[in-house]
Amino acid sequence: MAIELKMPALSPTMEEGTLAKWLVKEGDSVKSGDILAEIETDKATMEFEAVDEGVITSITVPEGTDGVKVGTVIALIAGEDEEATTKAAPKAVEAKATPTAPENEQPTPTATAAPAPVKSDPATAAGTAMTSVTLREALRDAMAEEMRRDDRVFVMGEEVAEYQGAYKVTQGLLDEFGARRVIDTPITEYGFAGIGTGAAMGGLRPVIEFMTFNFAMQAIDHIINSAAKTNYMSGGQMRCPIVFRGPNGAAARVGAQHSQNYAPWYASVPGLIVISPYDAADAKGLLKAAIRCEDPVVFLENELLYGRTFEVPAEGDHVLPIGRARIMREGTDVTIVSYSIGVGLALEAAEKLAGEGISAEVIDLRTIRPLDKATVLTSLAKTNRLIVAEEGWPTCSVGSEIIAICMEEGFDDLDAPVMRVTNEDVPMPYAANLEKATLINADKIADCVRKIVR
Amino acid sequence: MAKTPAKKIAPKKASVSEDAARANRERPMEPVPYKASKEELLEFYRQMLLIRRFEEKAGQLYGLGLIGGFCHLYIGQEAVAIGLQSALTPGKDSVITGYRDHGHMLAYGIDPNVIMAELTGRAAGISKGKGGSMHMFSTSHKFYGGHGIVGAQVSLGAGLAFGHKYANDGGVCLAYFGDGASNQGQVYESFNMAELWKLPIIFVIENNQYAMGTSVNRASSEDQLYRRGESFRIPGIQVDGMDVLAVRGAAEVALDWVRSGKGPVLLEMKTYRYRGHSMSDPAKYRSRDEVQSVRDNSDPIEGCKAYLAEMGVGEDQLKILEKEIRTIVNNSADFAETSPEPDLSEVYTDVLVEQY
Ligand SMILES: Cc1ncc(C[n+]2csc(CCOP(=O)(O)OP(=O)(O)O)c2C)c(N)n1
Ligand SMILES: [Mg+2]
Repeated sequence: MAIELKMPALSPTMEEGTLAKWLVKEGDSVKSGDILAEIETDKATMEFEAVDEGVITSITVPEGTDGVKVGTVIALIAGEDEEATTKAAPKAVEAKATPTAPENEQPTPTATAAPAPVKSDPATAAGTAMTSVTLREALRDAMAEEMRRDDRVFVMGEEVAEYQGAYKVTQGLLDEFGARRVIDTPITEYGFAGIGTGAAMGGLRPVIEFMTFNFAMQAIDHIINSAAKTNYMSGGQMRCPIVFRGPNGAAARVGAQHSQNYAPWYASVPGLIVISPYDAADAKGLLKAAIRCEDPVVFLENELLYGRTFEVPAEGDHVLPIGRARIMREGTDVTIVSYSIGVGLALEAAEKLAGEGISAEVIDLRTIRPLDKATVLTSLAKTNRLIVAEEGWPTCSVGSEIIAICMEEGFDDLDAPVMRVTNEDVPMPYAANLEKATLINADKIADCVRKIVR
Repeated sequence: MAKTPAKKIAPKKASVSEDAARANRERPMEPVPYKASKEELLEFYRQMLLIRRFEEKAGQLYGLGLIGGFCHLYIGQEAVAIGLQSALTPGKDSVITGYRDHGHMLAYGIDPNVIMAELTGRAAGISKGKGGSMHMFSTSHKFYGGHGIVGAQVSLGAGLAFGHKYANDGGVCLAYFGDGASNQGQVYESFNMAELWKLPIIFVIENNQYAMGTSVNRASSEDQLYRRGESFRIPGIQVDGMDVLAVRGAAEVALDWVRSGKGPVLLEMKTYRYRGHSMSDPAKYRSRDEVQSVRDNSDPIEGCKAYLAEMGVGEDQLKILEKEIRTIVNNSADFAETSPEPDLSEVYTDVLVEQY
């Protein structure tokens, strides 16, 4: 009875990978712990270890094959221990059919979603040559360009240098800029956030990476009490030009302590700039702006977007203005305001609604503080209906703030109540079905629009 | 393949008495390897093997997409949990750890089925599928988790110890954390208070030599981690965490000290993780040879096997044990794959205890 070796899932978000290299050949005996193959994902090359003992009888996927779906049989092993092998193999086949197969547990829209027509960014001139890059690369390029431009800029955080970033955002920076400017820290968020803040006060331009913003809670005192307030308290003498960046919001199946959106937290603090981009061009242009900015910036990225490819201006110094929203899709019946990963969902919802004859305008806030009220209110004046789509909790959310603005400054334009579509108001559950039910999605956004557009 | 020399795992000798002389204070006794009976040793072996096979199975289920998110395996570190927890009194002493928690739960005799079902996110899981790999708890065993934020469990553990002292229940808290976690500030705030208030706690640094991709000496100015409590007057002992009898021996000394009201002890367990930090670790920070040489020279299960052989326990007997364990683990995987997902109404339960 042969044991089927399947393409393993090596990260929470992996759906397919490249079988880069076989380190064994047919006929080889393997034992638990032997490295069988090297597998490449968008993040990294990983080693695939044997768990069972036996002889490789056939290799069914040759090395160098791209796009091998998780779960595909890549080789067969004849086991030495009949008992153990008959147990493992057939069950593995059934397992793929259960409702927790990875493709079903992805909370985010997959590539099958029709690409919505995206309105070009007013800040990017028409006719600009574009190139396709992942969000991850765009962020790295932004840091690299700013580091080349200004020696005061340095990057500090856990695993940013030798490991090339826990999510590979800082890939290659150590090679180019060396250990003076790309600095691995111990796991001491409070300490290195403070060191970064002090360095900024002293005249440097730190980019402090939090492995995820969940861990920035260890350091939030420095972000708020030290970085955000010094300019004010010193009567404008002491600046703090620092960027705190890293992934924010829910990832996939990582549970309550690792899945939360801090945009509303930081957006409530005067003295901070809060940026949370959706696509790669904005991420690049706004990160460059953030690094040049004289004020402390909290820059909230999204892990689930890191691997997505977008168009980015191919050449030139692509710097975008902080504090400007962007109309991602024009519409006339309703406005959907969102930011970060919610923008993709809102665009997907707008596409569905278009099929039903509802024309939705989608606004990407991009900067959460200071908030571009004018773009929101102008759109409201046009559509007279507005909802906010936000991957986060509803209570005291960015959505709550937008609703307040619409009440205070757009009341006469409103033909329906402003609504929020968010995650459920609970800590993030781990189970695949519960997580899916908890997260915002395009259907929930479209349903909400249908309620207010009659 | 040419073997590289064994990576040095064993502690330096005489370090404890050196420090004692320097500090001129009473110190716990120098630990000696535990003298286990044949039955006890067989039980250690069985439990370590259960953890190893359970974790290998969890790794497989992850590869099949049945387990999601982060999944941190305990393979290589088995002797630590078994050596220490076998010395505790279940129901009286408490245990707390980080996200690499499957082994500590198994060591406390918690049912493998409900652990595996938590990993697959099913209703029968120990947290009803709501916690996952990093967030598992069993208050009935006084096992307090399962925490995802590096270092948090150290302060929480000191709080559990505070509770033992407050209630005067004779219990001790065992708080595990990693070499990486040992750099977090709250660890030192907790050390200070724990010693100041003579809390009954054993701080255990599981020094597996890496925090993700960062080796101890790249992150720690004092890389002899057992000394990290000395400036708070917490006695520290470095232990060969790959040898279950050495670990158990150290546990005895630490428990004597703590139970007699002398305050906390810090145990640095020199150990090693064979697998990546989590499932998605490219592991470029160490060589395959390094991992292989630890496996070949210091494996805790092989080491225990050698002790058993000295006591006249043969391969045959161990083969039977191995079969039993494979059955338990396969059954837990069956259970975890076939038991139903939680009901959707569970999204909203357990947020608060009371209704308002
Ligand atoms: C406060 C915080 N920072 C960062 C992380 C991400 N992280 C998870 S585990 C880990 C490494 C911890 O290493 P160590 O303490 O040595 O424990 P080990 O994983 O080796 O058991 C890091 C950086 C986290 N979970 N919490
Ligand atoms: Mg470690």
